[in-house]
Amino acid sequence: MRTSTRDFTLRRERTLAGALRVLRDEPDTVPLAGCTDVYVALQFGQKPGTRYLDLTPLAALRRITTSGDRLVIGALASYTDLQRSRLVRTRLPMLVEAAHTVGGAQIQHMGTVGGNIANASPAGDTLPVFAVSGAEVVLQGASGERRVPFTSFYTGYRQSVRRSDELITAVEVPAVEGRQWFRKVGTRAAQAISKVVLAGVRGASPALALGSVGPTVVRLPRTEALLASGSPIEAALDALRAEISPIDDVRSTADYRRDVAANLVREFWARTA
Amino acid sequence: MKFTLNGSARELDVHPMRRLLDVLREDLSLTGSKEGCGEGECGACTVLVDGEPVVSCLIPVAQVEGCDVTTIEGLPGDHPLQLAIMREVGSQCGICTPGVVLAALALVNAERKPTLAKVRDALAGNLCRCTGYEAIHRAVLAAHAEKR
Repeated sequence: MRTSTRDFTLRRERTLAGALRVLRDEPDTVPLAGCTDVYVALQFGQKPGTRYLDLTPLAALRRITTSGDRLVIGALASYTDLQRSRLVRTRLPMLVEAAHTVGGAQIQHMGTVGGNIANASPAGDTLPVFAVSGAEVVLQGASGERRVPFTSFYTGYRQSVRRSDELITAVEVPAVEGRQWFRKVGTRAAQAISKVVLAGVRGASPALALGSVGPTVVRLPRTEALLASGSPIEAALDALRAEISPIDDVRSTADYRRDVAANLVREFWARTA
Repeated sequence: MKFTLNGSARELDVHPMRRLLDVLREDLSLTGSKEGCGEGECGACTVLVDGEPVVSCLIPVAQVEGCDVTTIEGLPGDHPLQLAIMREVGSQCGICTPGVVLAALALVNAERKPTLAKVRDALAGNLCRCTGYEAIHRAVLAAHAEKR
């Protein structure tokens, strides 16, 4: 590994209160869960921090439960946990599909929902699902808890409203009305970061979110409004192409992403009719 | 820190953030787990933690405290899966093989009826540049059939 961890410290707290105290008292502490992003950064010679806090002893944060009609997914639930959960399979099948496209079996056993959200990559596979499902992110700090609508959680490229003394403890998803849809396009089926990733819900008013086409995961309000009003699909796709801001990077080009994004929305609309 | 390694209790005094892969290879001389990419893409360093396949290049050793870790050295060498891979020539250069065997072992242990689709899915995180995968998939299905 290119970054030496010899001078780093790792705390392991057995209680959430203890973990929150560490984050409050040592504000630059980097939380660790599945390590599938942080340890890749260390391998590349980056240094996300010198003080780390291992969250994996906090077993209670791994639970997937319900509260009224809301699905409550603990931040430490792994992609495998999501696929095995009967609650997720019945209520949020598009999240099961998203979890199945992350890495291979090994990464799915390790990576967590909270990590996917906190890492704030625009390519995060589960993020479009939360963006179209009315999800809320539950944040806890030493001074209390707050909830943030998922669609207001990100403020820019790899930036979110999470303060460094806060932990994502859960994501809550209300009952989703309508047909759910998920599709990821990458270089290969497994072990590839997306070139474009789409989640959609075909309900009373359609909801669409795309990843890897802008600095954060994005909802598509103009495209959604045109689809809801019965406009022709081509008009909605013209709006879509203007509504996203993909870039050329190592994984793809802006032009390709724009075309694929339009194709994915066209497919969503045809297949959920 | 304490954990179980290939069935034996171990106690180690190591930096908690060292990669499990490095501790296995450098401190414990268990060099069966290979480092391919070092970033969780290739699966050559796959080990089982509490029966589930994970990549040991992305795990701080502290996270296996109290866990049951299985490396390729924990298999007898004539495990049905190993024999099937030899018979079907599911190994050529051999770098991916320990990880493939462990990922496949998790599937064979957990799955009552592995289909080709399930085998491909279970091994999607293990890259092999030699075999073209078909011999590996045949071997895993054959080993499972023998188990029954």
